[in-house]
Amino acid sequence: MSSELDDLYQEVILDHGRHPRNFGKLEGATAEAEGLNPLCGDHYKLYVKLEGGRLTGLAFEGSGCAISKASASLMTSALRGKTVAEAEETFRRFHAMVAEGDKSKAQDLGKLAVLEGVCDFPTRVKCASLIWHALHAAIGGAKAPVSTE
Amino acid sequence: MTSASPRVAPAEPRPFDVQRIREEFPILRSRVHGKPLVYLDSAATAQKPRAVIEAMERFYLEDNANVHRGVHALSERATEAYEGARAKVARFLGAADPREIVFVRGTTEALNLVAWTFGRMRVGPGDEVLITEMEHHSNIVPWQMLCQEKGARLVAAPVDDAGELRLDELERRIGPRTRLLAVAHVSNALGTVNPVKRIAEMAHARGVPVLVDGAQGVPHLPVDVRDLGCDFYAFSGHKLYGPTGIGVLWGRAEHLEAMPPWQGGGDMILSVSFEKTTYNRIPWKFEAGTPDMAGAVGLGAAIDWLSAIDRPGAIAHEQALLAHATEALGRIPGLRLVGTARHKAGVVSFLLGDVHPHDIGTVLDREGIAIRTGHHCAQPLMERLGVPATARASLGLYNTGEEIEALVRGLGRVREIFK
Repeated sequence: MSSELDDLYQEVILDHGRHPRNFGKLEGATAEAEGLNPLCGDHYKLYVKLEGGRLTGLAFEGSGCAISKASASLMTSALRGKTVAEAEETFRRFHAMVAEGDKSKAQDLGKLAVLEGVCDFPTRVKCASLIWHALHAAIGGAKAPVSTE
Repeated sequence: MTSASPRVAPAEPRPFDVQRIREEFPILRSRVHGKPLVYLDSAATAQKPRAVIEAMERFYLEDNANVHRGVHALSERATEAYEGARAKVARFLGAADPREIVFVRGTTEALNLVAWTFGRMRVGPGDEVLITEMEHHSNIVPWQMLCQEKGARLVAAPVDDAGELRLDELERRIGPRTRLLAVAHVSNALGTVNPVKRIAEMAHARGVPVLVDGAQGVPHLPVDVRDLGCDFYAFSGHKLYGPTGIGVLWGRAEHLEAMPPWQGGGDMILSVSFEKTTYNRIPWKFEAGTPDMAGAVGLGAAIDWLSAIDRPGAIAHEQALLAHATEALGRIPGLRLVGTARHKAGVVSFLLGDVHPHDIGTVLDREGIAIRTGHHCAQPLMERLGVPATARASLGLYNTGEEIEALVRGLGRVREIFK
């Protein structure tokens, strides 16, 4: 097996893909947004609870590939308790890591760094980023579902 | 005249030999991620034999000029090449007359053309357009747009769990308000072959015209439009080993004559004044603007190439590959075939355990194997079958049994990773 595939489908990612954390509706959510990847049919709904500029709860539901689901599971875990500004800074680093291959960002990203291998699979960057775009929409209050196309 | 002269097919082509056929497709020698390319995505677009690539190059090198207007030698040659391609398509489809062949960009444009001319003319408020649950989006959306504009209703005939059209249910839906029945010859997502001849008889018995989306039909089946008895037949050049950007709408001359023009512009007129424009005769009435001349030449070359090989042998080879793939994939633990119609062509759609098709596609890609994953532009069908997406291996006449075995090994890798 190619080592790039090993890097992409690490145990942690497979585990989060199979047993996603924060999966389901969020009681008391203050905002929600849909994320849709029409190419492969990934479709998620993200719920967030914003209190005093801080993300006190995040959850998601829907279906999609292992990468998009693991990314959603990891993101909803990593951002709990973060301020909106911190979440947006994390997204910038995450995006630089998966889309631009800037591996120097990985060290600041904690558990999210396991998605580093995605940068070697350009067609899968959208999968990893989908839930982040939904977060952006939820925080920004977008009405229409966000799409990666 | 040089390149436009029709090549005469040998009376008896050599028996089909897949290894010799493969040599004519330069791209099949490629390596992907260091592995030999295993191309199992011909339903998306087929690869092109050298004869097609060279015919297009030759057109640009030797014959290029605009058609239907020049007095000069090159324009005459270009016109002859373009109209020669039309005659080849007419023969290939068994059309009564080359005038029944309209060149378009592809199947999608052909279906839109019929919707916006024939459809607008025939469909009114309260009328119905009948399609099926297994249609590609391009055989749904144009009718939906037409129905919205006209206050008409789009009706879809159901498929069963195997992905076969329920003919009894289809027949029940052909009613007094049905103005058109549009159906795929072969399902792009499942490979189901629909009995379009029987469907045309059913519809005609109630005076309903029939359009056949042949995008996946012509590459895998011999097609004779007069034998099928339909009213319109559409296909794309690029799925028939020809170039992208060129496709065909065949329509019965009496329909085409009665239809208003679609796009206005040059070439579709006989005379223009600010008071009145007289439209050209068919098929040129529907071909406004400079057409894709090189594309038509390339499509003509693809048809010549197909006519020169042992086509029945090629079709039998594909059917044997399909049986091989169905059997070999069916033995993989946890693999579920999606679409198990009795009569299929060219497509094996499947799911593997709880692995998402997109992940299957990525792992196979690293093995050099190209398949399609997703909803295959057939979301209502996916919804009906209760799957968000499938992995689809689709066949061309150049595929081999070894490639099916490579796919089986690749799926073994998928199982290793997602154990």
